[in-house]
Amino acid sequence: MSRLEHAIQAGRLVLTAELPSVDGGGLEAVRRHLVRFADWVDAANVTDNPAAVAHASSIAVAIALAQLGMEPVMQLVSRDRNRLALEAEIVGAALHGIENISSLSGADVSAGAEPDARRVFDLDSTQLLVTARAISQGCYLSGRRIEPPPHLFLGAVENPGAPPYDYRVDRALKKARAGAQFLQLQITFDHGRLRAFMAEAVAKGLDKQVAIMPSICLLRSARALRFMDENVPGISVPQELVQRCERAPSPDEECFEIACEQAEKALGLPGVRGLHLISFRRDDAIGRLCERLGIPKRVEREAGEYRRDIAV
Amino acid sequence: MSVLPELARGRSGRTPVPSVETLAIRTSGDGTTRGVVAAVEAALKKPVFGCHMCGQCVLHSTGLTCPMNCPKTLRNGPCGGVRPNGHCEVKPEMRCVWVKAVSRSRKLPWAHEIHDIRRPVDNRLFGSSSWVNLLTKRDHSAPKRWDVPT
Repeated sequence: MSRLEHAIQAGRLVLTAELPSVDGGGLEAVRRHLVRFADWVDAANVTDNPAAVAHASSIAVAIALAQLGMEPVMQLVSRDRNRLALEAEIVGAALHGIENISSLSGADVSAGAEPDARRVFDLDSTQLLVTARAISQGCYLSGRRIEPPPHLFLGAVENPGAPPYDYRVDRALKKARAGAQFLQLQITFDHGRLRAFMAEAVAKGLDKQVAIMPSICLLRSARALRFMDENVPGISVPQELVQRCERAPSPDEECFEIACEQAEKALGLPGVRGLHLISFRRDDAIGRLCERLGIPKRVEREAGEYRRDIAV
Repeated sequence: MSVLPELARGRSGRTPVPSVETLAIRTSGDGTTRGVVAAVEAALKKPVFGCHMCGQCVLHSTGLTCPMNCPKTLRNGPCGGVRPNGHCEVKPEMRCVWVKAVSRSRKLPWAHEIHDIRRPVDNRLFGSSSWVNLLTKRDHSAPKRWDVPT
C-alpha cells in the first residue's frame, strides 16, 4: 500500500505537491526541485508532458523520485499514447513499485509547443481508469493475465472551474465508478466555484468514494496570474485577484498571501481531505504555506501528533 | 457508391481514415446491402449530427450530440479545458460538444444514460454502419476485459 493510500485510509490530512517538469541535468535536477517540499508532502505528482510540451517522461521521473526517497504520483495522459502504450506504462511503473497512478486526458496538442503533432486519445481519462483497474485486478484489456496483479492506487482529476459546472460532480462520480480512489482538483482561483463543487460533491456522496484534494497555486506576480488566465485551458483568474496583486507593494508576497487564504478556505470546506500544491516559485513557499496553516511536516503527521478536524 | 467516401470525410484527421479503396472493399466485400445501409446512414446522420461514421453510435446516451465531434473524441464527458463561455479549448468558435450533450440530455426521458461509462471505440468499425453493427451486435465488441459497474 502506498504512503498516500495509507495516509488517506488513516484519515490523516494529505498533502501532495507537483514536481516541476524536468529536462536536462540528471537526477540532481530532480533533487533540486524535490528538496523545496520533500519534508512536507505525502507524495509528489510527476506530470506527463504538461500543457502538451515534451519533457522527461513521467515514468522516468517517477522512478527517479522513488530513488530519491519520495513517493511519486505518476500522471498519465491519454493524449500521447494509444491503449497498448498506456497499459505498458502502468505495468512498467508497477514493476518499479509505483502504485499511485493519476489518469488525465491532457491539454490538447494545439495548446502546446508542437501543435503539428498527432493527438491520440485512443482512450479517454475514464476509460484509462477502467484499464488501470483491470490491470490492478490482474488483466490487460485483452484479458491476458498479469501474475501477480500489481497493487495500484488510482487517481483522477476534475475541474470545478470549467463549464458545464453543474455536470462536474457527476463526471467525477463516473470516474469514481471507473476506479478512481483519489481526486485532485484543477487549480480553482474562484473560491465560489470550488465551494459549489464541494457542496454538490458532499450532497451526492462523492467525498465518501474518493479523497478530494483541491489544488492551490503559488505564483509570484500579477503577470503570472494574467498569463494563467489567458493561456492555461480551463483556468480562469478573477480580475479582482489580479488587481489586488498589481496594487500590492510586494506582488510576490501578495501572491503568497492569496495562496494562503485560498488554502485555508479550501481546507475549511466539508469533504476536503487534503491539498495539492503547485508552486511555480523557485523558493520554499510550500513549507512556508504549511507553517502558516499550522500543518506540521509529514513525519509528525504520520506520528499522529497532528489532527486537523476535517470539516463536515 | 462513389458518394460514400465524400460523406465519410468529415471525421477528424487523427482517426484511421479508410482510403477510397478500403472503403470500397469494405462496402462491396461485405455485400451490397451493408454498403447501401452505410451510405443511407451517412447521408442522414452527417448533415443532422455531424456523424463521423465511427460505426458504434452512442448518440442515444449523449443527448443526441455526437461525441466524435469533440476534437479529443472524448466519449465520457467534457475535458477540463472548456472555456468560460462554454466553448471548446481547441476550437474557440465551437460550443463544447459536451456542454451541448449535457444540456440536451436533460430534456430526454432517458436523461440518466449520460452517466453510463462508454467503452473505448473499436477502431476496426470506422466507416461501417452502426445500424448494421447494432443488428449484428458487432458494436458490442468491448475489449475482453472491460469491467464497469452499471
